[in-house]
Amino acid sequence: MHRLTGWALSTPATLAVVLFLILPVGATIAVTLTDPRGLLAPYEAFLNSRFRRTVLWRTMEIATVTTLAAVIIGFFTAYVVSRAPPRLKSILIILAVFPLLTGVVVRSFAWLILLGRNGLVNGTLIWLGITDTPIQMLYTQWSVILAMVYLFVPLMILVLVGVLETIPDDVIEAATSLGAPPGAVFRQVIFPLAVPGIIVGAVLVFTGAFTAYATPALLGGDRQMTMGTLLHQQAMVTLNWTSASTVAAIMVVVTVVVVLAMTRIARWLNPAAT
Amino acid sequence: MTRRIHPGLILFAILVYVFLMGPLVIVIGASLSDTTFLTFPPQGLSLRWFERIFEITAFRRTMLTSLQIAVLATTLALIIGIPAAYALNRYRIQLPLWLSTLFVLPILVPEIVLGFSLLRSVAVGQGLPIFSTLLIGHTLLVLPYCVRVISASLASFDFAVEEAAISLGSPPLKTFFTIVLPNVKSGVIAAFVLAFITSINDVSVSLFLTGPGISTLPIQLLAHMEQFFDPTVASVSVLLMVLTVAVMAVVEYTLGLSFLARKQE
Repeated sequence: MHRLTGWALSTPATLAVVLFLILPVGATIAVTLTDPRGLLAPYEAFLNSRFRRTVLWRTMEIATVTTLAAVIIGFFTAYVVSRAPPRLKSILIILAVFPLLTGVVVRSFAWLILLGRNGLVNGTLIWLGITDTPIQMLYTQWSVILAMVYLFVPLMILVLVGVLETIPDDVIEAATSLGAPPGAVFRQVIFPLAVPGIIVGAVLVFTGAFTAYATPALLGGDRQMTMGTLLHQQAMVTLNWTSASTVAAIMVVVTVVVVLAMTRIARWLNPAAT
Repeated sequence: MTRRIHPGLILFAILVYVFLMGPLVIVIGASLSDTTFLTFPPQGLSLRWFERIFEITAFRRTMLTSLQIAVLATTLALIIGIPAAYALNRYRIQLPLWLSTLFVLPILVPEIVLGFSLLRSVAVGQGLPIFSTLLIGHTLLVLPYCVRVISASLASFDFAVEEAAISLGSPPLKTFFTIVLPNVKSGVIAAFVLAFITSINDVSVSLFLTGPGISTLPIQLLAHMEQFFDPTVASVSVLLMVLTVAVMAVVEYTLGLSFLARKQE
C-alpha cells in the first residue's frame, strides 16, 4: 500500500524525465548508431575530419585547463573563506553566490567589454606604454579559458567552503602543535580531507566547460570553435543533423566517463567516505 | 577561535574577489555610459540605455516570453516535483534508490544536448509548437533544483506529526496541505526563486527552441551582441543583476544563503 502511494506520487516527475529527457536524448544517440553507412560510421566521419578533430581536442584542452585553474584558485580562496570570522564569511559567500546566479551571458559579456580592441585591458596597456597598437585578445583560446575560469571559480569556492568548513580547527591545531610546518599541514591534512569536495567541483567544472555554448560563442567566435558551438553550427547552419547528433553523443559519453572515472578516483583516494 | 592565516593567502583571496567582482562593476559602469559605443571609463553619465531597452521591440517581446516561460516552467516543475520529493522522503525504504538518481539526471545530461534532442524528437518529430517544447525543456531544466531543495527541507520534517494528524481523523490530502506543506514553505519559496533565475538565465536549452516570433531574452542578447556593440546589452545585464539580488534576498530570508554552499554535495 505504502509502496503504491510512493510510486503514484513520483509518477508524474518520472514520466516527464523518461518522456522528455531519456527518450529524446536516447533517440539522438540511437541515430548515430543506426547510420545506413554502417555502425559507427558517423564517428569515423567525425574523426576523419581534421577540423572536427581539432575542435574536440581544443575543447578538451579548454575544459582541462579551466578545471585545473578553478580547482587551484577555488581551493585557496575557499580555505580563507572557511576560516574567516562568521560575519565576514557570510559576506564572502554572498559575494560568491552573486556571480553564480548572474547569467552566463552577462558574465561573458563583461569579458567582451574588457578584452575588446578598445576595451579596458588594451586601453590600460596602451596608456602604460606597454604596447602601441591594441593586442588581439578576443577570439583566442586564452580569452575563452579566462572567461570560463571566471564562470566556474564561484562554483568551486562554494563547493569547497562546504567541505573545508567541516574540517575541525582541532585537527589543524593538532598537526601544527605536533610540529608540522604550514606547507605540510596543507598537503597532508587539509588537502586529503578536501579531496571529495575537489572531485565533486572538478566534475561540475569539467563537464560544464566541455559542453558550454555562450562563452565560446561570444569570446571564441568561429575561430575558436568548441563542441558546443560546433553542435549549434551543424544543427542550425549546415543542417547536418547526423553530424550534430554525433557531437551530442560524444558530449554525453565524455560527461558519463568523466563522472564515473572521478567517482572511482574519489573512492580510491578516500575509501572511508563512500 | 579563528586561526591565523598566512597573509599571502589572504592577499590571494582578496585578488580573487576583485577578479570576481571587477567585471560586473564594469558592466554597471558601461550601462550608464552616454556614448553610443562601449567604452570604459564611461564618458558622461546617462540612463538613456535603460530607456532604450524598452524601445527595442525584440527586447520587450523576448523579456515577456522569458518571464512567461520561467513562471510556467517553475510552477509545472513544482507541481510534479513536490509529490516526488515527498514520496522520496516519506517512502524512502519502499522506493528503489535509482528513483532519486532519476530526478537529478537532467543535471548530468548536457543542457545543450537536451535542447537539441527536444528539437529533434519533440518539436520536429512530434510536431509540438516551439513554445510548448521550450516550456518542456525549461521544466526539465529546473526540476532537479525543485526536487533537491524541497527534499532537503522535507529531510528535517518529522513525519510523526503528519501521522498524528491522520490518526486523529484528518484526511491524508488535507493533512498534506495543512500540516506538511506549511512546514516546508521556506523550501518551496527558495526552490521557486532558484528555479526561476535558472530558467531566466538559460542559454543552452533555449538555443535550439526558438522559432519565428519566439525567443528568450538571453538568446536575443546573444543575437544583439553579434550585430551591435552598444550599451543596451549592459543595461539589460544590470536589470538581470537587480533580479539576481532580489532572488538572493528571498533565499537568504527563507533558507539562508549558506544553504547554497552545501547544496552541491
